[in-house]
Amino acid sequence: MDGEKIKRLEEKARKIRRHIIRMTGAAGSGHPGGSLSSADIVTALYFEVMRIDPQNPRWPDRDRFVLSKGHAAPVLYAALAERGFFSVEDLLTLRRLGSPLQGHPDMKKLPGVEMSTGSLGQGLACANGMALAARLDGRDYRVYVLLGDGEIQEGMVWEAAMAAAHYRLDNVTAFLDHNGLQIDGPVARVMSVEPVAEKWRAFGWDVQVIDGHSMEEILQAVEKARAVRGKPQMIVAETVKGKGVSFMENMVEWHGVAPKPDEVERALAELA
Amino acid sequence: MKKIATRDAYGKALVELGRENPDVVVLDADLAKSTKTIEFAKHFPERFFDMGIAEQNMIGTAAGLAAAGKIPFCSTFAIFATGRAFEIIRNSVAYSRLNVKIAASHAGITVGEDGGSHQSVEDIALMRSLPNMTVLVPADAVETRAAVRAAAQIQGPVYIRLGRPGVPVLHGDDFHFEPGRAVVMREGDDATIIATGIMVATALEAAGLLEQEGIGVRVVNMHTIKPLDEEAVIAAARETGVIVTAEEHSVIGGLGGAVAEAVCACHPVPVYRVGLPDVFGESGKPGELLEKYGLTAAHLAARVREAVTKKGRR
Repeated sequence: MDGEKIKRLEEKARKIRRHIIRMTGAAGSGHPGGSLSSADIVTALYFEVMRIDPQNPRWPDRDRFVLSKGHAAPVLYAALAERGFFSVEDLLTLRRLGSPLQGHPDMKKLPGVEMSTGSLGQGLACANGMALAARLDGRDYRVYVLLGDGEIQEGMVWEAAMAAAHYRLDNVTAFLDHNGLQIDGPVARVMSVEPVAEKWRAFGWDVQVIDGHSMEEILQAVEKARAVRGKPQMIVAETVKGKGVSFMENMVEWHGVAPKPDEVERALAELA
Repeated sequence: MKKIATRDAYGKALVELGRENPDVVVLDADLAKSTKTIEFAKHFPERFFDMGIAEQNMIGTAAGLAAAGKIPFCSTFAIFATGRAFEIIRNSVAYSRLNVKIAASHAGITVGEDGGSHQSVEDIALMRSLPNMTVLVPADAVETRAAVRAAAQIQGPVYIRLGRPGVPVLHGDDFHFEPGRAVVMREGDDATIIATGIMVATALEAAGLLEQEGIGVRVVNMHTIKPLDEEAVIAAARETGVIVTAEEHSVIGGLGGAVAEAVCACHPVPVYRVGLPDVFGESGKPGELLEKYGLTAAHLAARVREAVTKKGRR
């Protein structure tokens, strides 16, 4: 694979992580842990994989991305701003009164947001709907979805998983941000979702398991997923919550707590 | 009088709409034969999606279809459509004002023998509480067809409440339906019955009974619960001095609640609410249940008579 491209994407992911730290720091609240764990996936999608046009966010043939784990809004906002959907300066208005950057993504307020999410478990069904519409309209766009591993405790996720396979939605590619932590503690202790790969396979999906922080593996997995016919595809991404900031990594405490000013400085130094 | 179930009229109207508008798609949750979406499925199989017994996923999928420009109509029994899937309707549909239509059948106690678990008496309250939601409760087959066509024109979520049993056809083919604009079905000065859905026919019957006693009753058909035609409600309050609401729904939060809210603020007069008195339904024949819970013309007339008497004493 093209080394230059990988390097460029890795640098972009680092930049997006810096935005996540600055945004949540400025907001004084938000969810840095799960934003950092999915930063490489989201970067790959927005800067290499997806067919999008920031100048024309409602372009009918665009690829769609649904952030089903809506609390990771900072990573989505950072990617959209870096990609040119709106100004990078707006990122610092996160969660403020009147800002289009709501605590959880609001499609009516911010260009580039494909679906309002935040209440967990709902995004995959919405993505399936978009994928069915693509089929009806004879359009070849693809729909990408990002799910959290705690999120898949929601029963509706499995209703949607069943439906995607039943309707053979091969234009749906989902990522599972498998960072192993949720608010109340390790997913394994709160309510185990294992074995995830086997579950999705049993539901009729094509499943790959990758290192969710390897840009190369992410791109290769997407490439493989796109070639699958007749089945939706799940890419289980093994990730580290808080990835990139040593004192946040694998710490459940950083699920929904913003860094204080000195912590912002330390984190930014590590991400320089 | 000719009787047609509103769900039957819905099935026909969908086919008609499907012919005119290729963006109309229909989803059901394993009740297509009962909700009558089967008619659409026969004509347009490629635009019909049976989502199985999974109402949350049905609504979520419809949200995605709407986000991509489709006009999805989702159907199942009212209890599951609005109860089981409530939070999906709130967050994936209403919050983003997506163009999803929820046309739910088997509302109210006239579901009959299936019993209380299947008799939705709180769906109007649930749907009415959501910002961006339009709530339509057609009274007969003509109004159902009109409501379905109007719903397709409205940009945003619409809830249409449909019933299982045959109900009298009240309107002629020239009937003009305007969402949010109540229809005065007959005039009267002594009291007003504001009714919705199948209770409109009952209200007309009650008004007929009272006329024989010299009590003149205005009957207002409130086919749109939201946005409520407050003008019609205030006019009734001002001109007749007392209002009795009639709905096949809990007296909490539905038509009675909406009317009382409007009257309280703008022109306080007594409002008596006829409906399910904060209880669940039970098994029985629809007619037996309507009788037991006081949703007959005789019961309604008695409530109006009492209201008019009390009004005189004030």
